[in-house]
Amino acid sequence: MSESDEPPETWAAPPPSQAQLREQIRPAILSVLVLTVLTGCVFPLLLLAIAWPLFPRQAGGSLVRRGGAVIGSELIGQEFTRPEYFQSRPSAAGSGYDGTASGGTNLGPNNPKLVNGSSDFAGVRQLAEAYRQRNGLAFDAAIPVDAVTRSASGLDPHISLANALLQVRRVARARGLGEEVVRRLVTDHLERRQLGFLGNPRVSVLELNLALDQMEKKKSEVRSRNSED
Amino acid sequence: MRWVEYIVFLVIVVGLARPVGLYLARVCQRRRTFLDPLLRPIESLLYRLLGVCPEQEMSAGVYLASFLLLGAGCALLLFLLLMFQRWLPGGPADAHLTTPMTADLAANTAVSFTTTTTWQAYAGESTLRYLTQVIGLVAQNFLAGAAGLAVGFAFIRGLARERSATIGNFWVDLTRSLLWVLLPLAFIGSLVLIWQGVPLNMAPYTVVHTLEGRTQIIAQGPVAALEFIKNLGTNGGGFFNANGAHPYANPTPFTNFLGMLAIAVLPASLMITFGHVARRPRAGWLLLMVMVALFIVGLVVCDRAETAPPPQLAGLHLEGGNMEGKEVRFGVGESVLTAVVTANTSTGSYNSMHDSYQPLGVLAPLACMLLGEVVFGGLGTGVYSIIIPALVGVFLGGLMIGRTPEYLGKKITSAETRWIALYALLTPMVVLVLTSVTVVTKAGRAGLVTNSGPRGFTEILFAYASCMANNGQTMAGLSVNSVFYNATTVIAMLAGRYGLAALALALAGRFAARRRLPFTAGTIPDDTLTFGALVFGTILVGAALCFLPALALGPIVEFLRRPW
Repeated sequence: MSESDEPPETWAAPPPSQAQLREQIRPAILSVLVLTVLTGCVFPLLLLAIAWPLFPRQAGGSLVRRGGAVIGSELIGQEFTRPEYFQSRPSAAGSGYDGTASGGTNLGPNNPKLVNGSSDFAGVRQLAEAYRQRNGLAFDAAIPVDAVTRSASGLDPHISLANALLQVRRVARARGLGEEVVRRLVTDHLERRQLGFLGNPRVSVLELNLALDQMEKKKSEVRSRNSED
Repeated sequence: MRWVEYIVFLVIVVGLARPVGLYLARVCQRRRTFLDPLLRPIESLLYRLLGVCPEQEMSAGVYLASFLLLGAGCALLLFLLLMFQRWLPGGPADAHLTTPMTADLAANTAVSFTTTTTWQAYAGESTLRYLTQVIGLVAQNFLAGAAGLAVGFAFIRGLARERSATIGNFWVDLTRSLLWVLLPLAFIGSLVLIWQGVPLNMAPYTVVHTLEGRTQIIAQGPVAALEFIKNLGTNGGGFFNANGAHPYANPTPFTNFLGMLAIAVLPASLMITFGHVARRPRAGWLLLMVMVALFIVGLVVCDRAETAPPPQLAGLHLEGGNMEGKEVRFGVGESVLTAVVTANTSTGSYNSMHDSYQPLGVLAPLACMLLGEVVFGGLGTGVYSIIIPALVGVFLGGLMIGRTPEYLGKKITSAETRWIALYALLTPMVVLVLTSVTVVTKAGRAGLVTNSGPRGFTEILFAYASCMANNGQTMAGLSVNSVFYNATTVIAMLAGRYGLAALALALAGRFAARRRLPFTAGTIPDDTLTFGALVFGTILVGAALCFLPALALGPIVEFLRRPW
């Protein structure tokens, strides 16, 4: 190209003609349909075909069965109110741990309702009082913040180690177990940081309570065997 | 420990930028890759099916028209699917679908998912059929993400080419983005998520008899099909209402970390792609470094605000940071990392409730969105959302030394400056006007069902900032499933997607036609620390000039008013 043929510095491509635009309608319609089939049908089906043989438990929702009945999911928290069970965090999902209504309180930090509650809603202050009372703690005993705040999903399956340890005495008493035994069970169920640095150390409440039930069952079996002897 | 996590995250993102960026350059330039033997046949089959001639290139105008046509077609298809979803077979049972699919909600959702915004005015588990989520939303996560990447490629070519009337073929870029980038990565990533516990089934909601004898119903579904591509395509809309906080969607800290990498690695690498294709690798690295610097600022502000014991709870003898609306497995650290990464990349996949963040904790993600998603940014769209503010910096620098500004040897004349100025003004115009309208109308204030005062104002500003940035995250205390919000957020989403892309492509078309002038002593070098500081400062000062008054009414006044 010689110098004179060069477009001037301000040259710009001409605006598209109508024919040029009309040409694009066919590929547009076809790509919406074809690529939707590829990404919305072929992709998930292929994923299903490979995932189910490889990870059937996870793909099915990591359900936990006891005596044939489904008693929960490893991943989804559930509500515990009896003193012989470790208790989950407070929950804002539905009326509490509603697996069809995940969500948090969305209360702003300066919203008075968050701290002081309302007629039908326990604030952090009430939750802290109740927590201390339930676990026989002094009124000014420090408690971990996760025990009195609601999670983002309302289905948080975990509590912090400190939260679990504060509940040990209550659980041990309600079950007639030694505190040391229950404490060891808690520390045995501590999930550490993944790869050593990811996330927070935590305890799964459902797994811990299942282990408690299991331990008691074993103990009562031993006891009944002893009394038969 | 959380600092280790932040640092490892940044090291991986920056470390992968070069290899991934060079791979993306090969995809962009249609050069050979190791996946060719597998994908070339599928590629040519698709071109034949679509009736596309891959060698035929498009001018910027035609490219934009194709991009718009695809968006319109996808939105129409998704709208119809949503409206007629009650006739789709499969779960969940009608009894669980308690939110009615009104026409305004369907239209809002259709626009939202075809613009990568994935703003959700509904809760997934109580609104959508499994098949709607898969055929509708999963597909749009792929298509909208790939279309964004295509526009990013076109913008890069526009800057790189000389005296060219064309900037590529949209359908080719779209197909190659899907086949070479999104589909293979999403397939592997989704499998990892399933291994970690994300369900993939079509089963009815599970009825559970809990240890204490209560009945709990647990929502199920093909969750894993959505949860990885939502991050990879920088879309972010989750399967469930609680999005990335739901233990089925994001069961472990590892899945969360992987999701954050899926969001950030491709947009960060595109800077290297840009530098490589434009044959100015150092200019690409410099922009990446500006991004990292801005990212660190946001992360530190948010981290400080959230890890401190909440002052509102002082006197209750609690130990720990702000855990209201956060999950124990993530703790404050991974929640903050996720908030800042997602806010910076037009991805709404939050894993903690921003409405319960401290004032400065929410200021950080809000500011990230108002800056215009310059840090990493949306997939593909992030290329122009950093380069155009950089051009503003170039223009200001040119004014200071009294020379015609140029970038990569391309002169920025008054015509380009007009497009650049429009681009810089579009976000404040849309966000501030919509926020004001909402604040003064009854229908707008009706959304404030949870919080009021400065927090309520922040919720509204956050909503429009999020929609304009095609981000989609929300301060969920705002009730947004009303005709008013469904209509106003659509305006912001369309302006943020097609308005900004149209301006960017117009610029790309003009630059493609330009010659690249040789560097002289009067050129502002585009790869020095000084230039980086100029871009960094321009971005911050520009956003502050536009948004400081609005921010002062929201998070800033709330911060000043908190109990000390």
